[in-house]
Amino acid sequence: MSLARFIERLLQLVPVLLGVSVIVFAMITLTPGDPVEIMIGDQVVTPEQEAAMRHDLGLDKPVHERFFVFLGNAVQGDFGDSFYHRRPVIDVIAERLPATIELSLAALLIALVTAIPLGVLAAIKKNSILDRLATVGSLLGVSLPGFWFGILLLMLFAVHMQILPVSGRIGYSSEIEPITHFLLIDTLLRGRPDAFLDALSHIILPAITLGLPMTAILMRVTRTSMLEVMRQDYVTFAEAKGLARHRILFRHALKNALIPTVSVAAIETGSLLGGNMIVETVFGWPGLGRLVVESIFVRNYPLVQAAVLFYAVTYVLLNFVADILYTVLNPRVKL
Amino acid sequence: MAAVDTDTPREAAAAQESIFRRNLQSFAGNRLALGSAIVVFLFILMAIFAPLVAPHDPAETDLFRRLQPPAWMPGGEWSYLLGCDALGRDILSRIIYGARISIFIGTAVVMVATTIGIIAGLAAGYMRGWVDTVISRVVDILLGFPYLIFAIGLMAMMGPGLINIILALVYKEWVIPCRVVRGETLATRELEYVEAARALGASGRHIMLREILPNILSPVIVVSTIRMAHVIILEASLSFLGLGVQPPTASWGAMVADGRAFILQAWWVSTFPGIAILLLVLAINVASQGLRDAFDPRFHE
Amino acid sequence: MNIQNDDTLLQVDGLRTVFDTRAGTVCAVDGVDVAVRRGECLGVVGESGSGKSVTFGSVMGLVRRPGRIDAGRILFDGRDLRALTPRQMRAIRGRDIAMTMQDALTALNPALTVGEQLAEVLEAHDEDLPTGRTARRRAIRDRSVEMLGLVGIPSPGTRLGQYPHEFSGGMRQRIMIAIALASKPKLLIADEPTTALDVTVQMQVLSLIRELCDAFDMGVLFITHDLGVVSELADRVAVMYGGKIAETGPVEELFRNPLHPYTGGLMGCVPEPAAGHRRFRTIPGQAPKPGEVPEGCKFAPRCSHVQPACRAGAVPPVTAGASHAAYCHFPLSRGEP
Repeated sequence: MSLARFIERLLQLVPVLLGVSVIVFAMITLTPGDPVEIMIGDQVVTPEQEAAMRHDLGLDKPVHERFFVFLGNAVQGDFGDSFYHRRPVIDVIAERLPATIELSLAALLIALVTAIPLGVLAAIKKNSILDRLATVGSLLGVSLPGFWFGILLLMLFAVHMQILPVSGRIGYSSEIEPITHFLLIDTLLRGRPDAFLDALSHIILPAITLGLPMTAILMRVTRTSMLEVMRQDYVTFAEAKGLARHRILFRHALKNALIPTVSVAAIETGSLLGGNMIVETVFGWPGLGRLVVESIFVRNYPLVQAAVLFYAVTYVLLNFVADILYTVLNPRVKL
Repeated sequence: MAAVDTDTPREAAAAQESIFRRNLQSFAGNRLALGSAIVVFLFILMAIFAPLVAPHDPAETDLFRRLQPPAWMPGGEWSYLLGCDALGRDILSRIIYGARISIFIGTAVVMVATTIGIIAGLAAGYMRGWVDTVISRVVDILLGFPYLIFAIGLMAMMGPGLINIILALVYKEWVIPCRVVRGETLATRELEYVEAARALGASGRHIMLREILPNILSPVIVVSTIRMAHVIILEASLSFLGLGVQPPTASWGAMVADGRAFILQAWWVSTFPGIAILLLVLAINVASQGLRDAFDPRFHE
Repeated sequence: MNIQNDDTLLQVDGLRTVFDTRAGTVCAVDGVDVAVRRGECLGVVGESGSGKSVTFGSVMGLVRRPGRIDAGRILFDGRDLRALTPRQMRAIRGRDIAMTMQDALTALNPALTVGEQLAEVLEAHDEDLPTGRTARRRAIRDRSVEMLGLVGIPSPGTRLGQYPHEFSGGMRQRIMIAIALASKPKLLIADEPTTALDVTVQMQVLSLIRELCDAFDMGVLFITHDLGVVSELADRVAVMYGGKIAETGPVEELFRNPLHPYTGGLMGCVPEPAAGHRRFRTIPGQAPKPGEVPEGCKFAPRCSHVQPACRAGAVPPVTAGASHAAYCHFPLSRGEP
């Protein structure tokens, strides 16, 4: 793909991102409750001090000005201070972000590693027991409410069998100095296999819960795509050439079949962002999702605003990546 | 939807009708799908006739029955079949009443969203030009939000409550039928019978409503049923987080949340409401899958 | 109805291929006898649904569920193909019997380069390739360039690294032929080799096939619905209808003196500009879909010479001349329209 077209596509994102910012700003502005009052809380404050606070926060300016201020600050990463933590919002978010990213990546990994082989096998052995089981499994996967499934897993593995922890990211005894802030990596880097296992045992249930719907969808997409590809003329021609079965599968079929899978995976990764909130709440995972939920209840709006904006921007970028990936992977699709 | 190759609108409608009939018959022949549809129907009945079906008042608390186990376990009673929650309320009754919330919200959201989506999609697809551009932009922007985030943001803004949930979900949901309708409209408007109608001097509105709409309803209906399942899970998720309908109204998601504190000693409080969600959503998914298969023209070849 | 000969490359006796569908078992090929000799070019003609593609898909062993070969014998170079294991059959496919398909755009994998797809065949059948890795790769590349040059692709060396969609339709068909012939097969089955091409390109591809056929002393079997192609390329013709053979014979014989009324009808359907403004002659009615099994002769419903005897029971072959035969109770006599 030429650079020019890439830049053109990138620029098309701008109006969308702008629109997204408008909506986020609107959400916060229209939220009932005066932020200044919330900040004051129970303190006793003079009207001058209150006016000063209002001025500080720029709340005395007209709406459209406030929007541009908001936008300008946002681009620089300044979202004001979190009411609750009394620290810059951006710092609080940055603290909790690695946990969420680690969890999302783990879920994505589980989904890919499970769904693709299953989907391919289901397509090859169409209508066999494996295929039917996979179909049932994928239906269940999209029908199970994530929050309930997570609780169920906890009840089974943490409470009943007691082989996995109930909540949190890592046990106290395994605390280490972070390097990348990804615990699974850091524990290995610090040469602490026991801590690694501990971290692993904490992440596995939430990752499975988060990744389940995605696994179900990817499995079906892979299966359908594989079936479609196997019907193609070039597969028949490859057979006519006398090629070995496995070679046809991997070289001819899979390469083409995985294109839709990758594309869907990129899009669905975005939905992991939403599912994060639920899973982190259920498993007490110290990530951004749980932070957002808590912040809503304590009316910590600057943080909610920043987080929503962050999620939205990430989502838009992910969709963009999905688009680009699809075009790049498919040699026949010219821009 | 397969383009019907006919010349007059009447012929097109008649042909479409017989295809519809054939598809319906195909659906009825699919026993699994039919069974699931019956399950869904039973849930709906249960919801409507909740006061008659439920053994107890869902809001009635009884502290002597706090966390009482289900009937087949020691300490349980058969009149409180699935046990009681932390406030001594009958879980079975609350599940039955909870169906009202889930089904009502699910149906309301999907119906409103589909209506809006159809109007917007038809307008965008048929009139094109600036109407299309504006609507497509709005759709793109709304699509830039992960579903739950948007809903949560809106709920934070508006506060919890039944109408608010419906609104919050509708705001994002309408883009999905809108996209489908727009795509179908774009495809259909080039067909001959639309040209014929135009040549006869029919107004734009007439064409949209009488010519195009009846022919694109099938995929819209299929998509709507699929979305219903999603919406029900979303509502349950929101309720779980505490952003849904407020107590004492029974909502399945909230019930699961209530039981979280007691997973050590009273697993039934969270488990049974979740099973209810699972059953309903599973049934809807299977039925809509069957619907999709039955209405897919390729399936019949 | 097969003329035995030491020269016989492929001999099919009584082939029956069926498909088990939800609506019942459908017979696509219903008792077909056909033979191809070394160095001979056989054209198989028929409408869509006549079973011509399925017949030779069965020969190649490419028929998959829900289709299966129900009966018949397939002898290739003396070996019974149906008795072979899948592995043995795979060894024959691509090396001794090669196939090209109708649309080269879909038959070539869009995600692989032309060079890769050529190399595959050579690798699979290991035709006297050196063992060392670099030597092997070079040998494969040289063979590939050679094959592309043989089929008339200009500057083949550079084009090896290109993708199928970067070539024109005619060139793609040539590439497919190159791939098929890479291992110097004894028999080439070409399914509708010119159907997807422009008229101007068709001639080039046909003469290419003819050239290579003579050069390699290959048997060629091509399937088509185009009588023009048949007259250009074929030595012998087999006409198929409703899953059965209607008539076979040398090409000039068939054109001049068709025996089967269907063949006669086909000949009459070819518009002749020299004949002046005459109405197009068509064969009334429609070809039977596979699965419709009328009693007796399958052509009876549309035949202008039909008699009561035609609708009852199997139809015996009638011969006229050394290698010309038709399945008909009442074949056309000389010169009949």
